[in-house]
Amino acid sequence: MTDLRKTVAIVGVDESDEIGKIPDKSNLTHHAEAAYNALDDAGMSMKDVNGLFTAGTSTLNLAEYLGIEPSFTDTTAVGGSSFIIHIAHAMAAINAGYCDVALVTHGEAGRSRRSRPGGDAADPGSQFESPYGFLGAPINYAMAARRYMHQYGEDKTRQAMAEVAVATRKWAQLNPKAYMQDDMTFDDYHDSRWISWPFHLLDCCLVTDAGGAYVITSAERARDAKKKPVWVLGAAESHDHNLISQMPDLTRTVAKNTGPSALERSGVTHDDIDLAMIYDSFTYTVLATLESLGFCGPGEAPDFVANQRTAPGGDFAMNTSGGGLSYTHSGMYGMFLVLEAVRQLRGECGDRQLDDPKLCLINGTGGSLSSTGTTVLAVD
Amino acid sequence: MAYNKPLPVPQGESDIYWQKAKQGELWLRNCKACGNAYFYPRDISPCCFSKDTDWIQASGKATLFTYGIVQRAPHPGFVDDVPFVTAVVELEEGPKMPTNIVIEDPTPENLQIGMALEVVFEDITDELALPKFKPA
Repeated sequence: MTDLRKTVAIVGVDESDEIGKIPDKSNLTHHAEAAYNALDDAGMSMKDVNGLFTAGTSTLNLAEYLGIEPSFTDTTAVGGSSFIIHIAHAMAAINAGYCDVALVTHGEAGRSRRSRPGGDAADPGSQFESPYGFLGAPINYAMAARRYMHQYGEDKTRQAMAEVAVATRKWAQLNPKAYMQDDMTFDDYHDSRWISWPFHLLDCCLVTDAGGAYVITSAERARDAKKKPVWVLGAAESHDHNLISQMPDLTRTVAKNTGPSALERSGVTHDDIDLAMIYDSFTYTVLATLESLGFCGPGEAPDFVANQRTAPGGDFAMNTSGGGLSYTHSGMYGMFLVLEAVRQLRGECGDRQLDDPKLCLINGTGGSLSSTGTTVLAVD
Repeated sequence: MAYNKPLPVPQGESDIYWQKAKQGELWLRNCKACGNAYFYPRDISPCCFSKDTDWIQASGKATLFTYGIVQRAPHPGFVDDVPFVTAVVELEEGPKMPTNIVIEDPTPENLQIGMALEVVFEDITDELALPKFKPA
């Protein structure tokens, strides 16, 4: 495979103007505001953009609003991981010469304008899962978590899920943009109401209104950007099912492939990583992902995250924004993993800033634990 | 109250599945190239991508592979049902299928992974019945 390390860099990132509960803004408004802000962060204008990437809406809809005619267009939509996978696609497109400044946007008024789960009535999901109430991520992911508990121990898994929820809230309290700022104790976690057993409310991500965008460009163009480039070292993507009932192993995501591939393409190992940004749609998603990526073995995530190891001051920095659990989660959260990774690597994170991180691994998960995209970012 | 949960819409590839369900039978597609039954029913098998497939009647016996106990209704049609059990069961013939477990008191204590189950059919419209499972 061609060595693509440091051939492209992320040079601009930002959220939409306001995130949280913003009832008067549409999905597209969040896309556009985030695009505006990310281009400003990059010191570029919309006129520079010739590659356009999104999920959740078509790039047809988006490009018309933005007023551009892209020479490369990509509406890869495989759930919340899409915006991680777009990094890999932009890397390929830029290296092939199809574009040199790519804009990737996300916008979702998930809280105020939530769409009811549905879709094509002829699809297998509508025909074989929806009639049974397999509607929405909390229900589908809960069944995967239950299987994990069966294989590796219910009490141990429960404690690990609590560790992740509590540690992530502590990071959110250091992020002024985070939606949830209140203290969360272990008792708060265990006392929170059931959504879909084994999930408590505090196992589940937020549902917010939010947009985000990033600008990714060639190494040559990156040198002219306003801030220091955040290099893409390597990336990988995959998916192995759509319906949760058809998932080959409810305790292993395809991060088992994309993690090792992305690390190998990046020329680094797990031990080199200073920050892990792990899609936390649910506490359980984090446990399955850490194991699948290879940070620990099958069934070992409960020990890996024990004793608040991933909290501020712990020795495994993870989800420093406060994650989908406590910072923001509009529906397809992956975009926000990228924003935090870039800000940490640039040293822009204020009270939650890590000590001079050089390498960040991002893993996005989409669908019903269906797809993953893994990327390693670096600064010089 | 009228049944207002999402209804399956049978397709050309699955109409036999739904016709048989209405008659109180569970039928599966079977790949003749490798001899494995599969779910969900489709004309070309996912194991071999073979068109050499037929239908077989399943025994209706299964074991509980995993489940969740839904406490917050995801759709207006399920409001009167909570708590209810979503589950993936492993059929005796091998495939896993999504379903509900019909059980009086849905608690973790009453739902043991690996427990034996048998199919039951719930009539939901004049044309449709949903295969569900109850403890055997």
